[in-house]
Amino acid sequence: MLGFGAVRLRTDMNRLLSLLFHQGVLDEQFLQLQQLQDQTSPNFVSEVVTIYFHESEKQLRNLRNLLLDREMWDYCKLGIHLNQLMGSSSSIGAKRVRNICAAFRAAVDQNNRPACMRALEVLEHEYCYLKNKLHELFQIEQERVLGDTVRYPGAVNQQ
Amino acid sequence: MEEDNVEDIEVEVLPSMWPEDIDAAGKKFNVEKPGADQDLLEDVTFIEEPTIVDFQRLLELTNYSEKGSSQLSYLVKNWEWKQENAVRLLREELENLSKQQREVELKKLEILEEHRFEQESYGGDKRPVSILDEVYEIFQDAPKRRNDVVIPDQRIDIDDEHDTDTVKYWKQRAWHLEKLLDASIQREQILLEKLDESIEKLEKQSSPVEELSQILKRADNFLHFVLQNAPVVIGHQDKELRYRFIYNHFPSLREEDIIGKTDVEIFKGDGVKESQDFKREVLERGLPGKREFTFETDLFGAKTFLIYVEPVFSKAGETIGVNYMGMEITDQVRRREKMAKLREEIAVQKARETELNKTIHITEETMRAKQMLATMSHEIRSPLSGVVSMAEILSTTKLDKDQKQLLSVMLSSGDLVLQLINDILDLSKVESGRVSRPFLRHFRIRDSRFSVCLYRFLQFPFPISCLFSGVMKLEATKFRPREVIKHVLQTAAASLKKMLILEGNVADDVPIEVIGDVLRIRQILTNLISNAVKFTHEGKVKINLYVIADPCPQDQPKPKIENDELVLPARNSVLDEHKENEPQSHETVVWIRCDVQDTGIGIPETAIPSLFKKYMQAGADTARKYGGTGLGLAICKQLVELMGGSLTVSSKEHCGSTFTFVLPHKVPHACESSDETDEFRDMDDNASTEDDVSCGFFQFKPRTLGSLFSANGSNRTHDLMGNETSFNKLDGSSVVAESSSKRNFENKNKSRTKKDKENHGDQDRAFHNPSNKKNRPSITDGMRVDSDRNSGCVSSNVNHERAKTSARPKILLVEDHVVNVMVAKRMMRQLNQDMDVVNNGAEAVRAVQRCDYDLVLMDVCMPVMDGLQATRLIRSYEKTGNWDEARLAGVEPPDLPSGDQILKEPRKRIPIIAMTANAMSESAEECFANGMDSFITKPVTLQNLKQCLERYSICPYQHRNYIAIYFKSSKIYTKTIVHKQEQQ
Repeated sequence: MLGFGAVRLRTDMNRLLSLLFHQGVLDEQFLQLQQLQDQTSPNFVSEVVTIYFHESEKQLRNLRNLLLDREMWDYCKLGIHLNQLMGSSSSIGAKRVRNICAAFRAAVDQNNRPACMRALEVLEHEYCYLKNKLHELFQIEQERVLGDTVRYPGAVNQQ
Repeated sequence: MEEDNVEDIEVEVLPSMWPEDIDAAGKKFNVEKPGADQDLLEDVTFIEEPTIVDFQRLLELTNYSEKGSSQLSYLVKNWEWKQENAVRLLREELENLSKQQREVELKKLEILEEHRFEQESYGGDKRPVSILDEVYEIFQDAPKRRNDVVIPDQRIDIDDEHDTDTVKYWKQRAWHLEKLLDASIQREQILLEKLDESIEKLEKQSSPVEELSQILKRADNFLHFVLQNAPVVIGHQDKELRYRFIYNHFPSLREEDIIGKTDVEIFKGDGVKESQDFKREVLERGLPGKREFTFETDLFGAKTFLIYVEPVFSKAGETIGVNYMGMEITDQVRRREKMAKLREEIAVQKARETELNKTIHITEETMRAKQMLATMSHEIRSPLSGVVSMAEILSTTKLDKDQKQLLSVMLSSGDLVLQLINDILDLSKVESGRVSRPFLRHFRIRDSRFSVCLYRFLQFPFPISCLFSGVMKLEATKFRPREVIKHVLQTAAASLKKMLILEGNVADDVPIEVIGDVLRIRQILTNLISNAVKFTHEGKVKINLYVIADPCPQDQPKPKIENDELVLPARNSVLDEHKENEPQSHETVVWIRCDVQDTGIGIPETAIPSLFKKYMQAGADTARKYGGTGLGLAICKQLVELMGGSLTVSSKEHCGSTFTFVLPHKVPHACESSDETDEFRDMDDNASTEDDVSCGFFQFKPRTLGSLFSANGSNRTHDLMGNETSFNKLDGSSVVAESSSKRNFENKNKSRTKKDKENHGDQDRAFHNPSNKKNRPSITDGMRVDSDRNSGCVSSNVNHERAKTSARPKILLVEDHVVNVMVAKRMMRQLNQDMDVVNNGAEAVRAVQRCDYDLVLMDVCMPVMDGLQATRLIRSYEKTGNWDEARLAGVEPPDLPSGDQILKEPRKRIPIIAMTANAMSESAEECFANGMDSFITKPVTLQNLKQCLERYSICPYQHRNYIAIYFKSSKIYTKTIVHKQEQQ
């Protein structure tokens, strides 16, 4: 029943992706990213996303530190970090994270500290959600790839 | 009392003696009283010439015509009445006077009588008293009271009745009456005098004729006064319509020219005859009428007159002529016409407006519905694909015959639903493209020809794709028409279940390669072919491809195209010459006509108009018999029109139909095509002989029907098998026994797969990557896999690669974020471009100092130095030739022979493209102000990047096409791969 497994995985992946799209967590940019993936770099998406998570975690940490630092209220740095986070999020198509970043930025511009704190909370939550979901997705894909290699040992239409 | 009476009479009668208005009943003229306005008329000078009267006739008229005589008699009556009135008044006065006289005489008599009686009574008195004597003494005994009466003057107190007996009283009385008599006589005399006077006056007063003529003259004067400037013509014509009288303010003819003549005799030109006819009609019918006539005059051009004609009756009631009055109303008519026209225009405008509003409303509604439809289709498709793929998997498992049959039904139904959804999706995409083209709508583009003109004007490969990118994208890629035809026919042949011959015929003058949206064209062809196959039960289905003349020749001189056609087939040999002759051949457009001919049931003539409408089939029973949604042709037509071409059909019932579409294609630059030939040759499935490339005839015969159902493998395997067989036939080899072919095929594949696993084991996933397959699989995608693999061992390819690298433009990416860098780099690789990456503005400046770039992609927000500043520094260098400003900003140039930099004159302006996220603060204006050339909004998409590179003429060396979902392509793609393997 290996074949069934592969199909199930594929369906799961599709379902998960469509869920994420439906919820607005991801947008078309993610599809672009998937299109960029080809045989020369089969793990392109997951690589990029991993780097994204790595970078974003740093930025989130920085943001939290900057916000918690009661003496120093550094808009500039907050803005830069947010810009970076926003840029990279939109590059991988993390729509919701990007939108929250925009809201965050607006709060920073208005010098509204409580709103900033709230935005950070939401951002962290959203980020975790995205991370979990994407991890799930990549996990399924990995399984599927593994399954694929097993599935048609001598199949006619595989090379 | 008598006095009072007289006074009353005077008050009552005298004023009425002098009637105030002798014309009280003569309202027709309403002339002012003479005297009050004498001055007014004196000031006015009359030109009486315009009136031309035939006096004889006037006399006659007054004698014979009812009106004339009544007029005359009226005047006489009026005068008579007036005189009678005066006489009556005088008589009354006389009567009064005589009455008074009689009264006075009576009084006199009375007085006399009284007087006599008094004398008698006096005489009869017992105590006669001589009045001559001092008899008063006698009456001393009389009541004393009486003695006291003092009569101060001769007036006596008549109230005292007790004194009536006195002589004094009677004396008084007589005296008084005498006085009254005197007064009365005096008055009588006055009245008599007055009577004489009045009689005298009466005698003096003018005769009726004189008065009449005076009145008439005054009326005449007034008429002249009123009419002197009126643009009217008044006239009278007799029974024969000869003029007897005419008043014309602008006389152009003399009396003798008019009087006694008819209209026709006097005037000539348009309208004269008509007006005379009208007058005659009035004369005959005896009823007045009004009508407008336009006279064509030599002097003034067309003049419109409003003419009122009234018949004149004799006393006997016969018509003896007409009076007519004309007024010039040319200006009014013109104005009226203008008004009417304006009103009409306004009405039309309003109608158009409402129509437009309605259309807009409908369009909006439709768009909303379309979007809804698209979303729904999308939503439906994902679960459905799950169902279908499950079923496919199920079919590979061990099943008995019944189950298999059920499953095959299930699969085919699933396929059908998917196809249907794809059709709907395509349609709504095309249509939303159609309606959301504000630019095109602005130009009121109705027919496709205009969009072609527009396209030429803009010199874009496909203008529509530029105008509404995002709705339905048309790709402009190089392709080989012959190959496309072949593939389409192959595909059709593979699933052919009828005894049909599929034929493709490509004329020699069709270029080897053209540029266009190959997937769309393929879709159209597939659609038409499947349609043709569906409705054809025996015979042939044929595709003919040939070049036609430009349907709307314009800026492209025709000889040029012909030249191209001649040169292109022998492209390689005359390449250099061609390039020299045609530096502009990049933009050469060739119109290719494609006929899809079948020998099927044909289309009844009545059904042809509705053929291209959505959900319409030739007839209800057709739909029942052949199935289908009726969307295919509508989609084809819309696609063809979207690409600037046209789709037509001609058909004869029971004999077959021919669908013809004409599309413009760009012919690629000869140089580039040679560059790519190897690429294409690689993906070309057969041996890359020149012959094959230009071979223009393909024929596919159906497989034996039996073999279709006798397969014992899986459906999918079988499918591939069949396909492979047909390829064999295509290549001209003899019919190979199916089993042996299958064996060969499997063997080859096995060995091949093993080999590949070692080198490219990880690549398999590309084919089954759901995102790839689901979202944008494409044929060329698969072909490239192959080409990549081959490139390693083909030496010529290596050379090409090297050549390309040296010519490849240098691009610099300035971006600080590692994720963005990765994505952008990856995209560039897809476009086969190399790219240097630096992380901030300062580094960018250094990089530009080091080396010449053809393009800089610059992020705006960066640490250390932002994109705007970096751009400013680079621009300053380009302007001044030195890096002084950069030095000031703290960016030291590397050790370069500075002279070398300065010597480079003129310095090229590097295109710098900003990459901005639109939500961020940096605006487009800011970018342009700092010297950037354009900008891409983040997130950067492949399409954006490609367009950008194209704009700066860095032609992306394309490997892949991303085109909207094409459901069937995944199958085709797999088949192609298999076929290649077989060849190897």
